[in-house]
Amino acid sequence: MELFDVAQLMAKIVFVVGLSLGVVPIMVWFERRGAAWMQRRVGPNRVGPFGLLQPLADVVKFIFKEDFTPGNANKFFYYMAPMVALIAPLCAMSVIPFGSTAIVNGHEITLQIATMDSGVIFILAFAGLEVYPIILAGWASKNKYAVLGSLRGASQIVSYEISMGLALLSMLIVYGTFNPHEMVSWQAAKYWGCVVNPFGALVFWISIFAETNRLPFDLPEGESELVAGYHLEYGAMKFALFFMAEYVAMIMASALIATLFFGGYGLLPGMSFLVNFISTNFGFGEVGMQNTKAAFEVLSLISKVAFFMFMFVWIRWTVPRFRFDQLMDLGWKILFPLSLINLVIVTLMVYVLNK
Amino acid sequence: MGTINVSKKYTAREKAYIPAILIGMKITMSRFIKGFFLRQHDTILYPEKKRDYSQRFRGMHFISVDANKTENCTACFLCETICPADCIHIVADEREDENNVYGVKKEKKPISFDIDSLRCCFCGFCEEACPKDAIKLSRNYELAVSTREDAIYDLDHLKRDVKGRG
Repeated sequence: MELFDVAQLMAKIVFVVGLSLGVVPIMVWFERRGAAWMQRRVGPNRVGPFGLLQPLADVVKFIFKEDFTPGNANKFFYYMAPMVALIAPLCAMSVIPFGSTAIVNGHEITLQIATMDSGVIFILAFAGLEVYPIILAGWASKNKYAVLGSLRGASQIVSYEISMGLALLSMLIVYGTFNPHEMVSWQAAKYWGCVVNPFGALVFWISIFAETNRLPFDLPEGESELVAGYHLEYGAMKFALFFMAEYVAMIMASALIATLFFGGYGLLPGMSFLVNFISTNFGFGEVGMQNTKAAFEVLSLISKVAFFMFMFVWIRWTVPRFRFDQLMDLGWKILFPLSLINLVIVTLMVYVLNK
Repeated sequence: MGTINVSKKYTAREKAYIPAILIGMKITMSRFIKGFFLRQHDTILYPEKKRDYSQRFRGMHFISVDANKTENCTACFLCETICPADCIHIVADEREDENNVYGVKKEKKPISFDIDSLRCCFCGFCEEACPKDAIKLSRNYELAVSTREDAIYDLDHLKRDVKGRG
């Protein structure tokens, strides 16, 4: 590895991690103000302009709170849970491509931290890890309510992972590859995945709500019946880590569904015209044009992720929480058969059309 | 009386669940747009803006005064007698002749008039019982205090300047 390779890798890691962690305070602010607007309230507007510094005030509060550990807790797993919660979705972010290629000093840089052919499998593996912090947190903190919350969370995530995996599988059959870059170029060349496979997109979308423990599927944290769920015994920055992990997982899930079903970093309609316009008017060469295109691709992915983040907030404040049996019914009796039938149909269609 | 079965069969549209969600999302979206762009809120920014309560609202007590800043109370003890919460404590005295320009109209005066607002249930009976319209309940609803002693309203506090009903 040359120095340049290390430098560009570090730059990409800093970009992705910085962006996904930097979006968290904005999302927290938007979650609270958006909720207020949807409920005909004003919302937090005291700290800074429009209340934008509210997350900062929250962080200061979290830092100065007592770092309390329950006496009977299993210390090792108790401290491990919030770390896993944050690290797993951040790792999964590493294989999501946020642009095609940029050219710096004559070197081609792939805009993806870890370029691997089995990218989607890697994402699935780390998305599956998201069940561990919930179980570890609930079990290690030795609290009845926390254990109940973690049991609910575990069964929910495992159930919905099946329909999520089947929806993903149908897309893998359509694209014929595990590589996210090739998926995006397939969608750029033909149609978006959601046009080819709308039921798969719907099932996948519903499943990621369950995977990220967002309302209407936030059973592990059901305040009314479980106090606070699996992170009941966590305070101060350990709770803040769980809080951040939830949003990072949302960003990861949004980026994943954008890559799989909504064209990934592929340019939005009208953007390619803008790229041509800018590069011809400012006299960019071929290198400059590619870099402009890469910048617009990053912008395209960010706007798609922003749209899905908005949907997360919008749906959270619209749909009430499911009862546990309703959740299981939806997962096993509706989404699972639907995704299975969809998989068979997609497979047949691909077979017939490619013949 | 038998059991009345109020449950009903869901229609296919209700079972599909998605149309209902879309209707709900339409409502929240319209509220979001109204809140975000048009700044329409049903709540108020409290310490800056205050709710205008009705004239009949029963809040912090006050004793009405006349033009000479003399209280209208004649220490007749009617309010103390009717008070169901036992929160009014009056010590009565005679008004000195040189101070009493009202003659027989205000012969007596309270030398102390304490209302324990922690006991008070804001029923308004004292206001109804008062023959001189002296004790009244204002529209002031900010009754928070920092010590228990502050919660006991003395005569000076009760004789504060209140316009109309506050």
